[in-house]
Amino acid sequence: MKYLISVLFLLGLSISANAEFKVGFVYVGPVTDHGWTYQHDEGRKAVEAAGIKATYVESVQYGADSERVIRQLAQSGHDLIFTTSFGYMDPTNNVAKDFPNVKFEHATGYKMDHPNVSVYSARFYQGRTLLGHIAGKMTKTNTIGYIASFPIPEVIRGINAMTLAAQKVNPDIKTKIIWVFSWYDPGKEAEAAQALIDQGADIIMQHTDSTAAVQVAEKAGVWSFGQASDMQKFAPKSILTSIIDDWAPYYVERSIAARDGTWSQQNTWHGLKEGMVAMAPYNPAMGSDLVKEVEQLQKDLASGKANSFTGPIYDQKGNLLVAEGSVADDGLLGGMKVYVKGVEGDVPQ
Amino acid sequence: MEVQLIKIEKRNDVSRSIYLLTPILAIFLTLFGGGIIFFALGFNPIEALKFFFITPISDLYGLSELLLKATPLCLIAIGLSFCFKSNNWNIGAEGQLIFGGIVGGGVALLFYNHDGFYVLPIIIVSGAVGGMVFAMIPAILKTFFNTNEILVSLMLVYVAKLLLDYLVVGPWSNPEGFNFPETRQFSASARMPILFDGLRIHAGIFITLVTVFLSWIILYKTYLGFQIKVSGLSLKTANYAGYKGKIMIIIVFMISGACAGIAGVGEITGPIGQLHRNISPDYGFTAIIVAFLGRLNPVGIIFASLIVALTYLGAETAQIFLQIPKYTGQVFQGMILFFLLASDYLLFFKIKFLGLKKNDI
Repeated sequence: MKYLISVLFLLGLSISANAEFKVGFVYVGPVTDHGWTYQHDEGRKAVEAAGIKATYVESVQYGADSERVIRQLAQSGHDLIFTTSFGYMDPTNNVAKDFPNVKFEHATGYKMDHPNVSVYSARFYQGRTLLGHIAGKMTKTNTIGYIASFPIPEVIRGINAMTLAAQKVNPDIKTKIIWVFSWYDPGKEAEAAQALIDQGADIIMQHTDSTAAVQVAEKAGVWSFGQASDMQKFAPKSILTSIIDDWAPYYVERSIAARDGTWSQQNTWHGLKEGMVAMAPYNPAMGSDLVKEVEQLQKDLASGKANSFTGPIYDQKGNLLVAEGSVADDGLLGGMKVYVKGVEGDVPQ
Repeated sequence: MEVQLIKIEKRNDVSRSIYLLTPILAIFLTLFGGGIIFFALGFNPIEALKFFFITPISDLYGLSELLLKATPLCLIAIGLSFCFKSNNWNIGAEGQLIFGGIVGGGVALLFYNHDGFYVLPIIIVSGAVGGMVFAMIPAILKTFFNTNEILVSLMLVYVAKLLLDYLVVGPWSNPEGFNFPETRQFSASARMPILFDGLRIHAGIFITLVTVFLSWIILYKTYLGFQIKVSGLSLKTANYAGYKGKIMIIIVFMISGACAGIAGVGEITGPIGQLHRNISPDYGFTAIIVAFLGRLNPVGIIFASLIVALTYLGAETAQIFLQIPKYTGQVFQGMILFFLLASDYLLFFKIKFLGLKKNDI
């Protein structure tokens, strides 16, 4: 027994005495989702390539487990921890309180209760604007099917940005939405895609993490878009383009800053301009005119010449959200709770 | 073509000590099997097993997490042992847990920003009642309409999950929560007291320990426990002896549901602190493994819950340190159950080889 205790003690020592700078990642899905988590893991690999040890834990459920995993990473000598899903917001802040010397970065959240917590996200909605433009031009049934995860502002923003852009080129557009209440559930995502196609959608897009929806679209012969990562190889005929989340430069920069002691609390929201949001190559099936148009719009969104939320914008009930001649500010975008005109159904609440 | 004929015979001379030792054998076989899997994945098996089973509990924090994880598993498994001992197959503990959580969570929200020592006990009792009522559905349907309790209890899991989804998305969602499907954080008066600063282990462990003790008394020292065991061994005998079989079905389901309900309340008032869609990582199903690994015996269940809890923690540690896929944790749980059932089979049945015989087919 004594021997056992001393072995355990030494083991504990050897873990805590390990002074090498380490970065930890917490993922909501498996690294093989080829979407959201896959892209974060690509970012982690870039950190490793920069010579910094970076570990991860995948498929961490929201709830009691997530706080343990974050705490375990902090406890086992990780100096900077990226928690890469909205639902880790409270657990991240809870752990940050107890580990003031460890830095925490929470993706897509808004709470920074302690000086060692930063938040970061990407302006995915800029990519949605491009998808909307393409969808408006490509649809024959004027019906766009949208598989949504949770009715948080980030997701609603994407639905609205897409719908506004589609309406601009095609006033008859309708957006049909199915909420699956999961980030990663290939079965549900595939069912939702099929249901939307059955309801007449000939364009499918999704705010979920797997490749299930694009595979269903490929089989059904309708257009689709990849989400978070270039999903082209999973549906080569059907995919028109993908929104790519490129976290690598941010992760490398923040990891080096934390290692060198120059890390400070930040609220980062980068988009096409900084390259945190990028577009995969456009499918030639779009025709060269449309490709040129979209490429120009992409440049304008990046430079600020165009904006995803340019007034006048009305909500479903006809209330004015953004006046003519102005654009939505980050405050309105950050708390977006209502659909714009042209989206079918109600926000679940 | 010649085939080997085998005959399977029941053994009548199974010793009790071997019966109690086979779970340990199953654990060793699992460790061995796990080592082989790690080796096949290209890891040093000894090192991987060390990170899996020793590192997670090599400090106080790890031990506290182990107890935190084992607490609901143990509590639910204890409840299930009443059902399983009496041949009632309650597969829906997950649903009873969730429903208990819903009721307890609803009460906690009712007492939002309300101080008082009585808040937490009311929440716990209402959670227990919630789980109990939810478990009585399959029990009553079984006793009066002869339905299959396996199907009914399992299907009710989805009912509970969907109800929870509806509540946290809609009427109970946090008004300041940006529409994310979760309720407000409960007030301090509605949270389980933390036992040690900086650790997450909370007072719920005492409820579990008291329940284990009471269960042991009921099962082994009371007439009710005797009735449960007899009807498990032979329903005909039980009926012949004049035991009220139908009422007993309802009683064991009530006990089981109450335990699951309390486990649900323990989670939401303990480490989680609110209601959302993931209040349980399938504790209700994993507890079935725990109940059988513990031989449906209160003391055995304590050990079994610790071992199964360790497979969860170990999977995370192994991924952090060696980047072994996290799903190995589930592989380990599966292996434990497989080896246990396999060794049970060989324990209770003899396989006789009757030699080769010509087969003309």
